[in-house]
Amino acid sequence: MSVIRPDETTARELAGMQPVGPSARPLDPRTGDGTLTEDNTKRAPLVLGERDFHSVTETVCGYIEKGPGRWWLPAFIGAAQVAGLMPIMIIYLIITGVGVWGLNNQIDWAWDITNFVFWIGIGHAGTLISAILCLLKQKWRTSINRAAEAMTIFAVICAGTFPGIHVGRVWMSWMLFPIPNSNAIWSNFSSPLLWDVFAVSTYATVSALFWYMGMIPDFATLRDRAALRLLGDKDRAPRLPIVGVKVDQVRAMVYGLLSGGWRFSARHWQNYEKAYLMLAGVSTPLVLSVHSIVSFDFATSILPGWHTTIFPPYFVAGAIFGGFAMVLLLLIPSRELCPGMKDFITRRHLENMAKIILLTGMMVGFAYFMEFFIAAYSANKYEIDVFVYNRLMPPFASEWFGTHRFAPYWWAYWAMIFCNVVTPQVFWFKKLRQNIGVIFTVAAFVTVGMWFERFVIIVTSLHRAFLPGEWHMFFPTAVDILTFVGSCGTFLTLYLLFMRFLPQFAMSEIKAVMPQADPHYYGHRGGGQAHGHGDGQDHGPDHGGGGGGGGGGHAAGVKHDPAGPGSPTTGGAA
Amino acid sequence: MSSKRIYKTEAGATVHGVMAEFANPGDLYHAAEIVRDAGVRDWDVYSPFPIHGIEEAMGLKANRLPLIVGVVGLTMACVGFGFQYYVRAVEYPIVHQGKPPDSWQVLVPVTFELGVLFTAFTCILGMFIFNRLPMWHHPLLKKERFLRTSDDRFIIAVEASDPKFVPQETREMLLKAGATRVELVEE
Repeated sequence: MSVIRPDETTARELAGMQPVGPSARPLDPRTGDGTLTEDNTKRAPLVLGERDFHSVTETVCGYIEKGPGRWWLPAFIGAAQVAGLMPIMIIYLIITGVGVWGLNNQIDWAWDITNFVFWIGIGHAGTLISAILCLLKQKWRTSINRAAEAMTIFAVICAGTFPGIHVGRVWMSWMLFPIPNSNAIWSNFSSPLLWDVFAVSTYATVSALFWYMGMIPDFATLRDRAALRLLGDKDRAPRLPIVGVKVDQVRAMVYGLLSGGWRFSARHWQNYEKAYLMLAGVSTPLVLSVHSIVSFDFATSILPGWHTTIFPPYFVAGAIFGGFAMVLLLLIPSRELCPGMKDFITRRHLENMAKIILLTGMMVGFAYFMEFFIAAYSANKYEIDVFVYNRLMPPFASEWFGTHRFAPYWWAYWAMIFCNVVTPQVFWFKKLRQNIGVIFTVAAFVTVGMWFERFVIIVTSLHRAFLPGEWHMFFPTAVDILTFVGSCGTFLTLYLLFMRFLPQFAMSEIKAVMPQADPHYYGHRGGGQAHGHGDGQDHGPDHGGGGGGGGGGHAAGVKHDPAGPGSPTTGGAA
Repeated sequence: MSSKRIYKTEAGATVHGVMAEFANPGDLYHAAEIVRDAGVRDWDVYSPFPIHGIEEAMGLKANRLPLIVGVVGLTMACVGFGFQYYVRAVEYPIVHQGKPPDSWQVLVPVTFELGVLFTAFTCILGMFIFNRLPMWHHPLLKKERFLRTSDDRFIIAVEASDPKFVPQETREMLLKAGATRVELVEE
């Protein structure tokens, strides 16, 4: 096997003096895990731990083959219980009627559409990472894109439920689509609500295709590993409890089916990369269009507070903002629970995402300000009132100003401002944006704040429109609240299933951005002359940095080759 | 595809080709250049990830997938536009929200979404069709050592259907190109 050159840490691990794994490596106080370097002459490494290709495969597939850890089952059971609330509440809603929600004559959209916009916005970060960062050749995306895309799909599933169930007569939902029917009525193609149907269903489909296409090579890897284990040991392999089939047979079958017989051919890679790039190319305008169209639901109406031209860019920035916060909320705990991930999701990755949160948070803050400016500049009484007396004015300030009018939802507005505009400002400080605990806390605040943003836009604009006789407050019922809680449970359950059964990292993409993947890394050695060695022997790379590409040099402590690389096969029978 | 000469192993199996393992992407790249320059036609390079620049080293030409994707995407966008226009302006003209039945501006969002949707379908379907996938069987997938390509192996396989294929000569060429090991692949 290839010669790995152990650094000091690996040597200590081999000698049993130090526990194995990335969390065992000492952290440099200045550069964290080594990626927070400010040295502009070299790029921060994308993959840590002196890893070779084989150890990447081992770690990523290990989470599927051995499970992510003991925490998984309790977490899954807990999340699934919460997720169970959602179907219960939906069934109750359908058999009873929309009256079980807190809607009233004035506020006919509230938590349902708030949740819809909240979840669909979450998804946008996934598409941004997978599509826009792909076009911009941001290599650091490779270790977070799979998880972010998964999150997108699950968020869109949660989002799509709400418009489906808020229509009242749920069994008529099929009329959202332009299907010929006995009334000879077509959908209203000039309605933003119909545009939304097309935008969200296209978004869900394209995201799912993108996700699946990225996973094809990784499915093939899982298939081949299962097949190799089946070739290796015959009887001791674990079997499924009741049916008695070997687990690896099921894996080889299911992952093999999903992989479509992918065999890593360069001719295939060429088409694959081209198709992937084009998919990224169309996903980029798509992700911008989806939340723009969601914002049209509001912006094309005449309601003060909704009727603004800034909505499309404001919604898109907010979606990316909230989505990145959710990515961080998911990835930070998972990299603590699965320490092997720390080699792929480095401190630098987290810092980069914190910077994006700061940027998009500033855009959102600008949009909040601009809404006020335009309201004042337009001198439209309704517009000014909706911002000052529906949103801004707390009771104590109205006393102070002597207006004796205050905004009943001032607390929601100020919660939004605090969470979305104030808290991300801590990321201006390097110490704070490099601190994982701070990043997690800010991400949690942002997620809450983005929910409040949609609540503020929808409910506070609706609750006091033109005629004071119509004014109403909105009070959520238990069904409102539990449906939303259930949708969070559904999201988490689906994500946990993803962590258990699907590759959480795009292995082929991570391998492709490792330095060893570059043919020039090995220097020009005269067309690879004088390499005719025997079975399985190969050279480590000339430069330092772990086992070379070819030989599958094992990382310290991971040894999982079922058949053994040196298994005797008759070579060169020709 | 069909070659006149059919090679058989001693056990009587038809020979599909030979596969050669290389130590790392660098060696693979150089070997690909050598095989390309030898004028071999039916061959392929296998690596766990796309190697940058391997198309040039193999002498592969770009295909028409982008053109097809563009044509299908635009066509479906036009079909979507036409359908909406027909429904709104011809089949059941009705004034909604003060917008005239034949206004085209309101049709833009759905047209765009349909264009994107079908472009995406064509991308992934085109990828499968150009790659002749899904194909769940292949002689190479029966080779134990080949299955390690999905992990960290780098392989060049020359198929017996190639006019220049002669088992011993092909094997020597690959060894000379830097292969660490060459194996025969049976059908």
